[in-house]
Amino acid sequence: MDYAELPDSSHMLAVSGLSFERYFERVFEPVSFELNPGSLLLITGSNGCGKTTLLRLLAGLLDPSEGEIHCEQQPLYAGHFPAIKDDLSVEENIRFWMKFMGTRKSGQMKGLCEQVIKEIGLTPVALQEGRTLSAGQRKRCSLARLLFCDESLWLLDEPYSNLDPQGIAMLDSILKTHLNAGGACIMTTHGSLRPEGFDLQECHMISGRERYAGEAA
Amino acid sequence: MSRQATGTAFVALLRRDFLLAYRRRAELLQPLVFLLVVVTLFPLGVGPSPTLLANIAPGVIWIAALLATVLSLDSLFRSDFEDGTLEQMVLSGQSLALIALARTVAHWLVAGLPIVLLSPLLAMWMNLPDEGLLILIESLAIGTPVLSLIGAIGGALTVSLKRGGQLLSLLVFPLYVPLLILATSAVSSAVVDLPYTGQLGLMVAGLIASLTLAPFATAAALKLSLS
Repeated sequence: MDYAELPDSSHMLAVSGLSFERYFERVFEPVSFELNPGSLLLITGSNGCGKTTLLRLLAGLLDPSEGEIHCEQQPLYAGHFPAIKDDLSVEENIRFWMKFMGTRKSGQMKGLCEQVIKEIGLTPVALQEGRTLSAGQRKRCSLARLLFCDESLWLLDEPYSNLDPQGIAMLDSILKTHLNAGGACIMTTHGSLRPEGFDLQECHMISGRERYAGEAA
Repeated sequence: MSRQATGTAFVALLRRDFLLAYRRRAELLQPLVFLLVVVTLFPLGVGPSPTLLANIAPGVIWIAALLATVLSLDSLFRSDFEDGTLEQMVLSGQSLALIALARTVAHWLVAGLPIVLLSPLLAMWMNLPDEGLLILIESLAIGTPVLSLIGAIGGALTVSLKRGGQLLSLLVFPLYVPLLILATSAVSSAVVDLPYTGQLGLMVAGLIASLTLAPFATAAALKLSLS
């Protein structure tokens, strides 16, 4: 991926004509968009239209087949896999990631860790092993990364899945703080749950196969 | 991004690996018990003649060590791959080679070092003459890190396959052959009072080469497996 200087420095991320081929077949039709600080881009589309692939491209886990990505810095990517070890407690998991990735917050590690756990609402299960967590608690635990990493661009893949209403409200408030501080976020959704009360851009994706079927008809 | 200092991340990863190893200690014991069982089977299979056992002892102990190491290699990156930890580590901006090295060091300390520590017991079971014992321990101490380092490349290459274990052994066993030849030859030479420093020297050269090169190959293989 190209982390070159942006042609227009007001954009945090600029994507032009980006597409990805898997086994000589386009996963999705080329997309282009620009993202400014403080904005939220919602990526919609049906199951299998390439939303996750797009985010993995933007994160740098995959290399684009066509098009360009201009990005100021490495974004934070929260995908479908929670990156939580089953044999470690919630606290041990979070503390490991804080130590491994670094944190923008200052202070004693123990206090910071407790604060993060409290903010994501997992204080009652802080000492339980990862394997005992429910799907929603896992999601919360993996979203804890949003609170201590200092990347300004977030890539969130279906962040609302498995969250209860309180969890959704919690995520929305974390997201608001981030956007107000000049961060940006790209979020995928298949449509059932959408962020409420945000000023957002939208990008609808079409899978390569859908497009082909349309042309044949 | 204010990236975490490399040393801190390395230590954090090592600490996590030891903690995980402690929580999964039963999983850790299996290769060691396997090693003991394989060595025990030889006197039963080839006969308990002390001279015969003494002759085949270096080879048997080393082959059993290879098998035990390969057993534990499949899990080296698999759980981190499956729960998304690996992709987060790749994205963290830390050097992937350093992550690979940390995982390999942890693997050697929990899987390779116990083999070295058990080797006097194995040597006694196989009636290895006393002159060979020290060299056997030395050869294992030099050789088992190489097994972990080279094995990590195979583990990283096969991590995205559902059943990569068998392919992994096919990939790494040929690479272990020079090490096996040198180590067994060193021990056999020591037993009959021949010089063995040449073989050990070559093994140390292999250790240095794999210590400096294998983490980069492992990192490249991990990147490949993730895309």
